[in-house]
Amino acid sequence: MANRISDETIEYVGILAKLELSGSEKEKAREDMEKMLDYIDTLNELDTEGVEPMAHVFPANNVFREDVVTNGDAHEAMLGNAPAKKEQSYKVPRTFEG
Amino acid sequence: MARQYETVIGLEVHVELATKTKIFCGCSTEFGGAPNTHTCPVCTGMPGALPVLNKQVVEYAMAVGLATNCEITRVCRFDRKNYFYPDNPQNYQISQLYLPIARNGYVEIEVGDTKKKIGIHEMHMEEDAGKLVHDEWEDYSLVDYNRSGVPLIEIVSEPDMRSAEEVIAYLEKLRLIIQYLGASDCRLQEGSMRADVNLSVREVGSSTFGTRTEMKNLNSFKAITRAIEGERQRQTELLEEGKQVIQETRRWDDNKEYSYAMRSKEDAQDYRYFPEPDLVPVLISEEWIEEVKARQPEFRTEKLERYKKEYDIPQYDAEILTESKKMADLFEAATAICHKPKKVSNWLMGETMRLMKEEGMEAENLAFSPENLAKLVDLADAGTVNSTVAKEVFEHVFRENTDPEVYVEEHGLKTMNDEGMLRELAEKVIAENPKSVADFKGGKEKALGALVGQMMKATKGKANPAMIQKLLREALK
Repeated sequence: MANRISDETIEYVGILAKLELSGSEKEKAREDMEKMLDYIDTLNELDTEGVEPMAHVFPANNVFREDVVTNGDAHEAMLGNAPAKKEQSYKVPRTFEG
Repeated sequence: MARQYETVIGLEVHVELATKTKIFCGCSTEFGGAPNTHTCPVCTGMPGALPVLNKQVVEYAMAVGLATNCEITRVCRFDRKNYFYPDNPQNYQISQLYLPIARNGYVEIEVGDTKKKIGIHEMHMEEDAGKLVHDEWEDYSLVDYNRSGVPLIEIVSEPDMRSAEEVIAYLEKLRLIIQYLGASDCRLQEGSMRADVNLSVREVGSSTFGTRTEMKNLNSFKAITRAIEGERQRQTELLEEGKQVIQETRRWDDNKEYSYAMRSKEDAQDYRYFPEPDLVPVLISEEWIEEVKARQPEFRTEKLERYKKEYDIPQYDAEILTESKKMADLFEAATAICHKPKKVSNWLMGETMRLMKEEGMEAENLAFSPENLAKLVDLADAGTVNSTVAKEVFEHVFRENTDPEVYVEEHGLKTMNDEGMLRELAEKVIAENPKSVADFKGGKEKALGALVGQMMKATKGKANPAMIQKLLREALK
């Protein structure tokens, strides 16, 4: 395996993903990520000279909606998915900016 | 000699676009609905829900880009900006990083007599987040996703500004352009225009930039000015003491007139952008650009020219009226009805602006119709009501968009022009006020005023003051 992921990187990716990983989970994640990077190395071996960078896998573009209201008030159905609600709002653990 | 410092400022301006629906779903963007009544699986981030781009968002963004001299990106794409916060239900915001819709533009500002170009680095389309309500006493927050998915453009300037005056001039210029385009109402107080200020301080003559901080939560021109002054001072003091400025985001508290650090950049500002797989690219053709260009409205410079030719109003009036699109629209519409441009201009520049100032109100919030303004102009011009009454009626037009004809009729405010009746009243007032009469006859011109006052009182202010004066003089001969 060519790529090595450091302990710091595993730690950092965990923080960004808001995940608390156990020692064995970290090892598993490290293995997976190293394999992914190796695969990208393989892709990089291809000669892409003169090939336009791909913006999307589907050969489609300019898919638009007209600016017309099509949705009505569905707050009951929407809030039906919420683990906790209050006053017609989603209730979440107290959150501060900063 | 003390060291000389200069302030370097760049702005990130968010503008909520005036579309009827959100950027990626058919939910209404209307402001002020009950919580979560304008939401669907797309704008609440339900698994499997797919976004579809609102064409009007692209057209507004192109229009603003063209009006600010930007190059329009022909192959345009969306990217995912990843972060966790409850106002962002998908755990990512759909934005543009690599191929934003417009780049390399500028607007020209004027401060004092100096003209200056402020560069626009880039402009991109993105979605707004929901709104969090924190309860002071409870251990939870409430989320309303009505604003989630409302379309925004973010306009990123070059660090070309050197003072608060330049920043305000730049913001006013942007606001005017965008309002003229009808792309947004740009109300700072309501948050449809928001500015983040990036500021650093360096020694005059230095070719490199100092470390910058970013200030958020600025919702008025006054707050922006104060925040810039406060931050400039804070950074200068740090440098004077030989300390370092730390790159961080600061939140301005306008009540305390102090900014405090929110979080340091090292902490969690790694957004791991990647191309948005749920949206296909937007290809912008030459024809499409031409179409949007052809629809661009008349901007202020052209309007000023036309006002001079078409309406024959003073340059000063034209300049004030065109400072806001709303004001210019009101002027043009009311004039089209009553054909008295100077009179309409007088009402707008006089009473309207006086009342706006009194209420601390912006032109965009004016709620009366041009029809009612035109009616009032006609009533006052024809002498149907006297000028004092006209001003009183206008307050009702201004506040409640009252129909002035109906109001005058219902309240019996028409000027009393019945000469016979007024003459009788004049004689009665003269008989009841021998002292004023004697004073007047003794040469005290002022005493006539007291008699006029008595008559106005008796007619509840509805008499035509010029006619009263004439009648009194005649009766006193």
